[in-house]
Amino acid sequence: MSTAPTKIPFEVAPFRLSGAVYGALLNHRTAVAALGDRIALPPYNAAPRAPVLYIKPRNTLAASGDVVEIPPGMTELEIGASVGLVIGRPACHVSVAKALDHVAGYLIVNDVSVPHENFYRPSIRFKARDGFCPLGPAVVARAAIVDPDALGIRTYVDGALVQTTETAELVRSSATLLADVTEFMTLAPGDVLVLGVARPCPRVRAGQRVDITVDGLGTLSNRFVAAAV
Amino acid sequence: MMRARVAFSGAIHIATPHDAATARGAGATAPQATTTAREASATAPHSDVAPRDAGQRLLLADGRLVAGDEVVWLPPFEAGTIIALGLNYADHAKELAFNAQEEPLVFLKGPGSLIGHRGTTRRPADVKFMHYECELAVIIGRPAKHVRRAAAMEHVAGYCIANDYAIRDYLENWYRPNLRVKNRDGGTVLGPWFVDAAAVGDPSNLGLRTFVNGKLTQQGNTRDLIFDIPYLIEYLSSFMTLAPGDVILTGTPEGVANVMPGDEVACEIDGLGRLVNTIAADAVFGRG
Repeated sequence: MSTAPTKIPFEVAPFRLSGAVYGALLNHRTAVAALGDRIALPPYNAAPRAPVLYIKPRNTLAASGDVVEIPPGMTELEIGASVGLVIGRPACHVSVAKALDHVAGYLIVNDVSVPHENFYRPSIRFKARDGFCPLGPAVVARAAIVDPDALGIRTYVDGALVQTTETAELVRSSATLLADVTEFMTLAPGDVLVLGVARPCPRVRAGQRVDITVDGLGTLSNRFVAAAV
Repeated sequence: MMRARVAFSGAIHIATPHDAATARGAGATAPQATTTAREASATAPHSDVAPRDAGQRLLLADGRLVAGDEVVWLPPFEAGTIIALGLNYADHAKELAFNAQEEPLVFLKGPGSLIGHRGTTRRPADVKFMHYECELAVIIGRPAKHVRRAAAMEHVAGYCIANDYAIRDYLENWYRPNLRVKNRDGGTVLGPWFVDAAAVGDPSNLGLRTFVNGKLTQQGNTRDLIFDIPYLIEYLSSFMTLAPGDVILTGTPEGVANVMPGDEVACEIDGLGRLVNTIAADAVFGRG
């Protein structure tokens, strides 16, 4: 099983990731905009009211430098460049004002997906494949980041810049998302909450390298290869 | 054979039923007596309500004998990835007005939602429909990647009962059912026992029952699963590697009903015991 959580440097308490990683769908303004009028049509019928979450289970976790396999029969995958909040203290029903007090630090997340356009049912087959969640290169302590809602995110494929975004474009800011999520589920030390991915997502093919750079968080680098059949 | 994880006297222990009487007291059937107990349960489903806690004794791994109500029951194994099925019994799918599916409806749950036997689950004051779901939980014992159906059962370590609560008020049509519905604190109850696969034998003919305050409200049998256990292991392992400790909650039959603060909800599965849980109001959790 994945050893990624123990391989990722994490120099502040709780010093290691728990392995639980939660992502927020449609928490980037470009992702909402990309849906356009479809957001109010069947099968959705309305924009979401509460945060829409998904889980990247332990088989998906990978570290910077790990190779990610593209499943047989697929030509390309979506790159989901984002920032993860790493929980430092149990976060249950926290207020927006105090939410970030529960954060130990931040790290870069590549929320890899099989391209899919329908968000009605949970997309385990598209989001929970082995190696589909590279994290790192390290957890950067909260004190080192002045404002998690003002971080530039740049994605490169084979060295070419393919996407530029920033955490200022989130629908729910980091503190608001943490408050809204912990209203119904407690996050534990070492859990990661991924803030949201911009759309359209850049694509990666076998043989290519993806580098995601975030202000103050370093660069997460992974090579993608075709899985052996 | 069957074991629990409990907190007692400052530590977490592996505990086993002290004797056959204890196992019956927990609503669990001693593995060798599965058939007998199943028949008894079918004819007198309430027979084990009274002695559920009284006289139930556990043998801790360090040799101490303790009463079942002296310990805090934890989920009976350390869960890895928690995989759950929706609409996996034809009658329940019909109850919720869904048509037959081509692919299993699978969603994931996080470790924070887990609690053990005799735990408490919060019902928010503002909801109209919160319901239990009695489910057979299948615990993986060997890594599973690209496993074929014929070999799938070799990857199963054992089974337990799951009560997978949902709050329908919070359903929205995005990655439905989403975590606010299905991944709430205390919303996934596992236990009381981890029962070895060998002791269960054939998992495809187990009766499931739920009682609310002693009244039978839900009844089904695992033979009615739309996607059975071998299929689910083949399907899931075709795109994700399953690891020991990963658990598959296989879905619930018809008969879900609203539960209110103070209600005692007991889920039973033949050979696996009786998993009890209590609903509590916001105030107990310092809310509202």
